[in-house]
Amino acid sequence: MTDPIITIRGLTNRFGKTVVHQGLDLDVMRGEVLGVVGASGSGKSVLLRTIVGLQHPAEGTIDVLGTDVLTADAAHLRNVQNRWGVMFQDGALFSSLTVRENVAAPMRERLGIDAETRRALADLRIAMVGLPASAGDLSPSDLSGGMRKRAGLARALSLDPEILFLDEPTAGLDPIGASEFDALITALQKALGLTVFLVTHDLDTLHATCDRIAVLAEKKVLVTGTMAEMLRVDQPWVHAYFHGPRAHAAQPPAGGN
Amino acid sequence: MTAGAVAPEPLALQGPVTLASLGDTRAFLESHPDGRALDLSGVTMLDTAGAWLLTSWQAGKGGTLTGANAAQTLLLETVTEALASAVPAPKPRPVHHQAGDTLAETGKAVSQVAVGLGESLGFLGLVMARLGWTILHPTRLRLTALVHHMHQAGLNAVPIVALMGFLIGVVLAFQGASQLQQFGAEVFVVDLIAISILRELGILLTAIIVAGRSASAFTAAIGSMKMREEIDAMRVLGLDPIELLVLPRVLALVLMLPVLGFIANISGLVGGGLMAWAELGISPGMFRTQLLNNTDVSHLLIGLIKAPVFAMIIGVVGCHQGMQVKGDTESLGSRTSRSVVVAIFLVIVVDALFSIFFALWGI
Ligand SMILES: Nc1ncnc2c1ncn2[C@@H]1O[C@H](COP(=O)(O)OP(=O)(O)O)[C@@H](O)[C@H]1O
Ligand SMILES: [Mg+2]
Repeated sequence: MTDPIITIRGLTNRFGKTVVHQGLDLDVMRGEVLGVVGASGSGKSVLLRTIVGLQHPAEGTIDVLGTDVLTADAAHLRNVQNRWGVMFQDGALFSSLTVRENVAAPMRERLGIDAETRRALADLRIAMVGLPASAGDLSPSDLSGGMRKRAGLARALSLDPEILFLDEPTAGLDPIGASEFDALITALQKALGLTVFLVTHDLDTLHATCDRIAVLAEKKVLVTGTMAEMLRVDQPWVHAYFHGPRAHAAQPPAGGN
Repeated sequence: MTAGAVAPEPLALQGPVTLASLGDTRAFLESHPDGRALDLSGVTMLDTAGAWLLTSWQAGKGGTLTGANAAQTLLLETVTEALASAVPAPKPRPVHHQAGDTLAETGKAVSQVAVGLGESLGFLGLVMARLGWTILHPTRLRLTALVHHMHQAGLNAVPIVALMGFLIGVVLAFQGASQLQQFGAEVFVVDLIAISILRELGILLTAIIVAGRSASAFTAAIGSMKMREEIDAMRVLGLDPIELLVLPRVLALVLMLPVLGFIANISGLVGGGLMAWAELGISPGMFRTQLLNNTDVSHLLIGLIKAPVFAMIIGVVGCHQGMQVKGDTESLGSRTSRSVVVAIFLVIVVDALFSIFFALWGI
């Protein structure tokens, strides 16, 4: 599993005079869980938004599943969009639809599947992310934060994507909920063979789920590597991040993966 | 899973079994009799939708699945587990129309209207109480916010209100002229214009325009704050949303609507005067003399005295609808449109009540 599924070269993102990324390079390999970490405001969300086409970069190329997403025509782009799922920070559920309709919405829009099957598949996704069956009929505003995240994940999984983008999936969850979410992502990743691009702040999540970690600092991807390799990096921010008081608490007793 | 001792030859499923090929796979499964073993060794791709189809086929028709590789087995197990935990949600019961449904709905609607009316009255009372309190403690008034809303709801509405008044004056003069000319009573077009604009139309139409502009703006602004829990944040900080958000808006309208109404009156008279001059040859000097001699100043006062009441209605309805927005975007939209409809409706109702009142008093 070493062929890159996402290749980013020379990416530059600017907002007015603020340069968020400059000459950023990153490879995401097929079937891996890549954790992206970095200080607040270092541009993790902007990187994710750029890859999925919500933000047009000033320079650079982005290749996803063999398609240059910045220059591809609408038909090619749609084909790639059907093969990835995105979960936003707070779920970003459509508030006028029920949870089931939210999960079924991508199937309805993209593929002509009959209503009965859509409903059954949506219920399956809802069950797979660990939501009770009764949640399907609720509207997003009736859900708790953790349930909204699960529902967001169910919608992201709706088209059986090959790549899953997650923006801080465990932020704001209680520790039990967060570790359940970690286990869920690992289980789904194993079962579906997903590639996961995971933006997170949560060291426990990094330990529990990630095969590789990319550190975003100084406007680029500073280092990538396994958890064990991260612990040996000397760069001050990386050192502080992986050796801080919270880092020690999060170390699993057996060491890295 | 191993290919056990299965009597008939196992069916061989080939190629991808995914969401995209769901229809083909289903057709394949349905074209074969029940209870057979299914060989998955030829399956190149399997996703959750495919796994769902296979496991439901297995459960429903009593078949067995063989030849899946490790990853596919894991996926099938995951889906089976999820399906087991998913108690099928009860299907929505088909609703039959029953005798008495309409009656029950009518009753519900009436009681809802009554509850809504009661709540609005409560809110009006709350705003009045805070207003009184603020009058006693003028330093607590948010002056910056007040001036900001006077600018937004008042000053920015001047062009549209002036234009509207001017055109109403033109239309009245034109219509009045063609009728009054038949009796040779052209000069009374001045009275027609002056009384109808000063007493009724100037202020009523201004209020309707302001309701459309500002009631919706108030609802949208306060409603989106409500959605993002800003109102709750204010409450836990010990800040009073009525004092901070509602009073400046309502007060700004109460102060500005009479001014806007006055502007509409003046531009209406100008428009009517110009039209009377062009159409009937009534010179501006004649218009002025006729206006001053025949039209009592009470008409202007009767018009303007309604303005603060209309302003109160518009402001309170707009803010109250905003406060009732729930967590979803749908309710923001419906509340915004409702606030405009309710505000205009109430303005017209109250205008009618004023007319009756003034008629009874004989002014
Ligand atoms: N739409 C935008 N307009 C201007 N600046 C933005 C925009 N989106 C993000 N930024 C800036 O880009 C930087 C990175 O933001 P973000 O990617 O959200 O950080 P994080 O790594 O915490 O997710 C921040 O400094 C932010 O202010
Ligand atoms: Mg972010």
